[in-house]
Amino acid sequence: MRDFAYARAGTPESAVGTLADPGTSVIAGGTELLNWFRLGIAAADRVVDIGGLDELRGIAMDGDDLRVGALATLNEIGEHPLVTRTAGALASACLQAASAQIRNRATIGGNVLQRTRCPYFRAEEPLPWPCNKRDPGSGCTSLAGRHERQAIFGWTRDCVAVQPSDPAVALAVLDARADVLGPAGPRTIPMREFHLTQREAAEAGQPMRETRLEPGELITGYRLPASADGQAYVKVRERASYEYAIVSAAASVRLDEARAAGARGQGAAGARGQGAAGAREQRIAAARVALGSVAQRPWRLTAAEAELPGTPLTREALIPVIERAMADAAPLPQNGFKVTMARNAAVRALLTAGGAS
Amino acid sequence: MTLDFTHRAEVALRLNGRDLSAVVSPRTTLLDWLRDDIGLTGAKKGCNEGACGTCTVLVDGRRMNGCLTLVVQCEGRSVTTVEGLAADGGELHLVQRAFADHDAFQCGYCTPGQLMSAVACIAEGYATDDDSVREWMSGNICRCSAYPQITAAVLAAAREDAQMREARR
Repeated sequence: MRDFAYARAGTPESAVGTLADPGTSVIAGGTELLNWFRLGIAAADRVVDIGGLDELRGIAMDGDDLRVGALATLNEIGEHPLVTRTAGALASACLQAASAQIRNRATIGGNVLQRTRCPYFRAEEPLPWPCNKRDPGSGCTSLAGRHERQAIFGWTRDCVAVQPSDPAVALAVLDARADVLGPAGPRTIPMREFHLTQREAAEAGQPMRETRLEPGELITGYRLPASADGQAYVKVRERASYEYAIVSAAASVRLDEARAAGARGQGAAGARGQGAAGAREQRIAAARVALGSVAQRPWRLTAAEAELPGTPLTREALIPVIERAMADAAPLPQNGFKVTMARNAAVRALLTAGGAS
Repeated sequence: MTLDFTHRAEVALRLNGRDLSAVVSPRTTLLDWLRDDIGLTGAKKGCNEGACGTCTVLVDGRRMNGCLTLVVQCEGRSVTTVEGLAADGGELHLVQRAFADHDAFQCGYCTPGQLMSAVACIAEGYATDDDSVREWMSGNICRCSAYPQITAAVLAAAREDAQMREARR
């Protein structure tokens, strides 16, 4: 790791004030940044530490919104009763990320800014092969090489990588907004628009751009509309714990109250844990669903969300809805299996969120 | 409101119960500082990228990877390493005893990290059954694959810890 100069920020504004210099990096938890420095993915002359800023900490209700500070760690979020009660998909996504000790360091502000786990990108400098993210214009080794873990939506021939964050998928499905502080003051970015696919970035004339965060801006926290809907985060991976997703899916489901009342004599909030027998009677009133690790952004299935109201909460009824919403999937030669796997993850997330499994 | 950036940063922290202050190069990780500057070599440098867990230490009672933590980020905090587990007289911590009793290692390289992670896992309340221990200890890799013995040791230590707490009531 190269030497750098260090300062502790006293206020968020003082941190942002140092970021006008492109050689300055922010450190919060540091679980990504230190590895970027080691691999040569990033280099900084100066590092400003925001870890002591109490105003960026905390998890609390603010009116009807759940407010999560950027410095909240993944374990703090995953274990917090307000989050498990009003944003269960986020709590679950946080606790399924990384390991217990990394979750004690990693912050939710930094987590969504983690970069792809593409092994061609993550190699140590000097890079032994082309990678447009590391060396723009050099090419994409994964496209002609191994790419079974890569994107099925939104990729270009310049890059086929996926965004691996688990919490980002939950934040996108729950319509969270990021509070951002920049040189021009504060603004908010909806999390379903925060990340960019390679195609969106290319269309905007900045093919290697990955988020809508501007240079010099700092995420200070998130606001999530509190929700009583059932929620789930399903992560499919090669081992049961401490592994990145092959695909994932986050869902939130509100059941049709009139039908649910007839079938079960309970409100939607009581749906979790109900047996499959009752589920046969249940129909969806409203649902949101997003896929993870299928694109360089969380992939909301908006076409499915429009079609789901009135759909029975059964695997048989949900599969064709999800398949229609994924009809534009464009798998690479080695990752066609991810289309099926993502469809099944979305169905399972909806069933679990609705209390049917 | 400009900040003073420095290449020689001061840090004051508590290490295994003793107050220390140091001047360090900011890029120094907690792991390198413990091993190279302080001479505490219990925390191991396995992967140096957060994958293996051999560098696990407690910072303010929470387990963390020493390789993913800069020592300057520990300003004002309390750090506990495996060297700080046993009592001053040398009597082993109950988690250390449980690992010995259950043969919860072969080569021993991962053991300091496993012990620190196990202490935290028990304190967090996750040492309840095999599945929970395996999930909450998954950040510590054992290449000798002593996982069944490690799981048994963590559960046994958790039971003993609960009994001692009950007896003290």
